[in-house]
Amino acid sequence: MLAEKYAQEVQAILAKYPPEQRRSAVMPLLYLAQRDKMHVDRGDMAEIAEILGISATEVASIVGFYSLYYDQPKGAYHIQVCTDLPCALRGAEQFLDELCSRLGIRPGETTADGLITVEPVMCLAACDKAPMFQVHSGQGLEYFENQTVENALSLIERLRTDAARRLGVKRRDGHD
Amino acid sequence: MTDNGLVLLRHRDIPDLDNIDVYRQHGGFKSIERAITSMKPEEVTELVKASGLRGRGGAGFPTGLKWSFIDNKSWPHYVVANADESEPGTFKDREIMEHNPYQFLEGVAICAYAVKAQDAYIYLRGEFWQQAAALDQHIAAMEAAGMLGDDLFGTDTTLHIRTHLGAGAYICGEETALLESMEGKLGQPRLRPPFPPSFGLYGKPTIVNNVETLTNVPMIVEKGAAWYRSMGTEKSPGPKVFSLSGRVNRPGNYELPLGTTFRELIYEHGGGILEGGQIKAIMAAGASSALIVANDEALDTPMDYESVPSVGGQLGSASVIIIDDTVSIPWLINKTIHFFRHESCGKCTPCREGNFWMAHLTERISSGEGSKEDVNLLFDVASQVRGKCLCALGEFAVEAVLSGIERFSEDFNGMAK
Repeated sequence: MLAEKYAQEVQAILAKYPPEQRRSAVMPLLYLAQRDKMHVDRGDMAEIAEILGISATEVASIVGFYSLYYDQPKGAYHIQVCTDLPCALRGAEQFLDELCSRLGIRPGETTADGLITVEPVMCLAACDKAPMFQVHSGQGLEYFENQTVENALSLIERLRTDAARRLGVKRRDGHD
Repeated sequence: MTDNGLVLLRHRDIPDLDNIDVYRQHGGFKSIERAITSMKPEEVTELVKASGLRGRGGAGFPTGLKWSFIDNKSWPHYVVANADESEPGTFKDREIMEHNPYQFLEGVAICAYAVKAQDAYIYLRGEFWQQAAALDQHIAAMEAAGMLGDDLFGTDTTLHIRTHLGAGAYICGEETALLESMEGKLGQPRLRPPFPPSFGLYGKPTIVNNVETLTNVPMIVEKGAAWYRSMGTEKSPGPKVFSLSGRVNRPGNYELPLGTTFRELIYEHGGGILEGGQIKAIMAAGASSALIVANDEALDTPMDYESVPSVGGQLGSASVIIIDDTVSIPWLINKTIHFFRHESCGKCTPCREGNFWMAHLTERISSGEGSKEDVNLLFDVASQVRGKCLCALGEFAVEAVLSGIERFSEDFNGMAK
């Protein structure tokens, strides 16, 4: 339960908005709910709805509308490669295809160990540093720019080690 | 002016400008102090009006005029900085926030003072998670230094700035969709009027300005309107950050006066076309652009709000994507239409359905399977989307399609069966 586990964070988020406008906190609360397991489930949505005094359906509509929330479990790390026009003009599509084939998956799929999902995404505001991707995990987002397939693969190896360690210690607080 | 004249990307001259002490050593926060202690809010607005600053998010609307529209019969007022930067080809606000954050935050604070708002929010796209965390720290540093908070500079002025993260929706760059999103709703545009200066965040008068726009403001307060007007053109004064991308040797952000030619940007600053190629088309406003035929006339056109339309484009947020002769236009419009199909918020039928159907057509045409009828039908659908949607996304989506088919018809001949 968010209210117990992250009591302080929940209060800090609510304090950002006028007291009569609690609903504004729905997006930051969803990020908080996603922190540990990289997706939000029905229980999370019901709890957020209760905190904000809105319906669970309204919370679910937010999850459905915005692309950075997930209602299904996927890899612990999402490697999100920008293949939009400016990046595509500098080889981003070939980069994505080669990276996926080296990992033995197709774009959008997750590696067999369940840790790494590779997917194309829309523009990430890094058009001058293609090929580039962001790594999205419950801990947040990090950009990796001017990439080659080789250095992306070595990063993925590091993430795998990291993820195995994190999941091995039973995902306690997501802060390690 | 700073040593080599940079106004917005000053961090390129001054190392560690994202350190509050360094920022203060270089004149930081003098403008907010001066505004609060020696200027009336209306005087700040008048100064910004006199500078001729125009909104850098894409529309080019006069900033001071927008501030003067704030409705003083309804309270409280809000300021929301639009840091949703999501247009393919745009990456200027990110550089400003990462490296020159205090000048931006000072601009937010001055704007809030000018329109008598105590609370300002910065709405960042969800992917700018690290930038938001850094801004939170910078805001805390400003509070500790007495630059934000209550009773500022011994007056009764109160200013607070807070960050708010979006979650991956291009449409939230549209100001009314952004406000809906901040209210915890789906990011879908509102019917306008009323405009945000009378009915904005929580239904209260709100000024929404782009990051780059606000970053100009401290320098205008410090150096004055005449200084600002010494750069750029008469109708488009001041410096602009041009985001250059695509098939050029040196993509990146370039701060140049408005009115600089495409040729200077592409060949002097950008180092010309990749692999010695031939330039074919220019998209001056990111993926939302019409394709400008890159002939000599276009290359010699000044990049300002008035001139770019004369060669069939828009300056927009000055996200200049360079297309060379290795690129097929059917492939390009397939790319842009897939973007807009993904990002259409679904509110207006012509945009939601039009982009969906156009994506089928562009997919077929770009794969070489299309017929002449497909090209005609695509043109027809695109024409019908135009002018029929609540916000500009529908318009943006068809710009490249219509101009591509009209101006680069030879690219469609080869594949039309």
